[in-house]
Amino acid sequence: MSNSLSTLFDKVWDAHVVRKIEDGPDVLFIDRHFIHEVTSPVAFLGMESRGVKVLFPERTFATADHNTPTINQHLPVKDALSANQLDALERNTAKYGISHWGLGNPKNGIVHVVGPENGITQPGMTIVCGDSHTSTHGAFGAIAFGIGTSEVEMVLSSQCIMQPKPKKMRISVNGMLSKAVTPKDVILYIIAKISASGATGYFVEYAGDVFENMSMEGRMTVCNMSIEMGARGGMIAPDETTFNYINGREKAPKGEAWDKALAYWQTLKTDEGATFDKEYTFSAADIEPMITYGTNPGMGLGISQHIPKAFDLEGGVSSYEKALSYMGFHEEDAMIGKPVDYVFIGSCTNGRIEDFRAFASIVKGRKKADNVTAWIVPGSHIVEQQIKEEGILDILTEAGFELRQPGCSACLAMNDDKVPKGKYAVSTSNRNFEGRQGPGARTLLASPLMAAAAAVTGVVTDPRELI
Amino acid sequence: MAYDKFTVLTSTAVPLPIENVDTDQIIPARFLKATERKSFGDNLFRDWRYNADDSPKQDFVLNNPIYTGKILVAGKNFGSGSSREHAAWALYDYGFRCVVSSFFADIFKGNSLNIGLLPVTVSPEFLDKIFTAIEADPNTQIEVSLPEQTITILATGELEPFVINGYKKHNMLNGFDDIDYLQAMKAEIQQFVETSVY
Ligand code: SF4
Repeated sequence: MSNSLSTLFDKVWDAHVVRKIEDGPDVLFIDRHFIHEVTSPVAFLGMESRGVKVLFPERTFATADHNTPTINQHLPVKDALSANQLDALERNTAKYGISHWGLGNPKNGIVHVVGPENGITQPGMTIVCGDSHTSTHGAFGAIAFGIGTSEVEMVLSSQCIMQPKPKKMRISVNGMLSKAVTPKDVILYIIAKISASGATGYFVEYAGDVFENMSMEGRMTVCNMSIEMGARGGMIAPDETTFNYINGREKAPKGEAWDKALAYWQTLKTDEGATFDKEYTFSAADIEPMITYGTNPGMGLGISQHIPKAFDLEGGVSSYEKALSYMGFHEEDAMIGKPVDYVFIGSCTNGRIEDFRAFASIVKGRKKADNVTAWIVPGSHIVEQQIKEEGILDILTEAGFELRQPGCSACLAMNDDKVPKGKYAVSTSNRNFEGRQGPGARTLLASPLMAAAAAVTGVVTDPRELI
Repeated sequence: MAYDKFTVLTSTAVPLPIENVDTDQIIPARFLKATERKSFGDNLFRDWRYNADDSPKQDFVLNNPIYTGKILVAGKNFGSGSSREHAAWALYDYGFRCVVSSFFADIFKGNSLNIGLLPVTVSPEFLDKIFTAIEADPNTQIEVSLPEQTITILATGELEPFVINGYKKHNMLNGFDDIDYLQAMKAEIQQFVETSVY
């Protein structure tokens, strides 16, 4: 474009282009790389067979999370295949001198929780990980996105990947959020409006007072789910909230380096008048507590609404009917009062301290419903510690809940935390795909408040009634 | 990992006219526990393909012997969801070399190109034509020409051009991957690091 106005995304992207390939992708330098046990072993094998080494081991950080048990973490991992992946991560990181926060390490936790928590994630960085919810780190004004295993190998061996520059989309939400409407509801609302593929090919910037007034935890929840509308990632311009969050964390710059970093970070915003390929604007007042009823995150609605009729939706009637039949729901059903068997609070979407505070605010003084099995899984040991220190654990215990140990858990059900076939789970995670939480499991995505309301009443309940 | 070069592929095709086929369906998470790239094709579409007792589900297309071939034709927004490259591996290891849809999720598309599985995006109208042709005759031959960047229904001669960038095209024609390319530019990367902020 001829004008010199740039978006936040342009500024960060352009500063990382090592080489532009004509009629091809850009070679993009990667500042920080996170790895975990599931998508890295084959990348390390690939490097071995090519006879190449890790180029900058100090830029890669490993944690074990996808495949780990959420009870008895001090015991050997029972599942042989999971144990094997954890060993492989241990071996590979030791071999190449990569920092590794394995099971039992006090810094261990879900990759997208521990990165920000320890100050590794910073504004203006490029960050990748072999997990699509890497978009979480965009909350800090970083370009962060998920990659495949071949790309993990690229980053390990060259600290670069090759990507065509995505198009740019801005999503603005303005006004004041109503009672019991959380960041999770905001993003579920946006995805329901734009659809599960509506932002494919784009990188999103979230703007407007709703995001400006949001905590870092909330911003992470929003950016986390950018991928669920097809976007490569989402980002929010860094501001005082961001700087305050980072300041003092272990890997944050200190002293003079802090001042220098801060001066740079303050330049990281979209210039007034810079253009986007697509823009959406929503009003905060239109958003109610949200819940999904189908098998992709775009199939969501306000809690007081009814499941739409197939002919109200564009295209794909047979896919729509397949989704409803999988869920055991019907057109025009109300969501309130639907049965609930499981409640999961956790994941890199809603596994941070604020989420457990929200959950506790509803369960306080109430009791867990007898028909509900609840999995309460902190995103990291640091979050677990906070839950204990703030007295949230006492509230949970009194209400009949147990706290588990950190990990991805029922978000993707690679460990033992699987929802049985046909059962309904109100889940604070990010995907309601068929079988995501276990073969045949039926997932209703929602906020921690909605999860808490379901956990104490045993059915889908409007959280506004319990506040 | 090296893959087969892709030039012109002529094959029958397997129809999967479902939208939003996500990577959890292509390869469920519980099969991601391997530390090597082996046997992913066996678990391709596992939960659609097999019952809980491992018996095949008769109504799923991969279990229907009349549909075979190296091309998978699928509904809109194929490959949404997770970044797991295992989804592309599963398709490739099963024997597919090309997936045709009217719309692909980004990460899936990138992963596929990296491992030698060609994603071909066609118009919704052309996608319908292919589905109709296969439905009428499961032996319908489809030709995918990478040099020409065209996809043709051979029986009727109907064809549509498709887009792929020059760099990726060159890679697929020669069986190269990005890692080879990046290894060759290490000096430039080392130099770049000197000036980087982080
Ligand atoms: S919690 Fe879920 S989405 Fe997040 S990193 Fe783990 S598996 Fe991926």
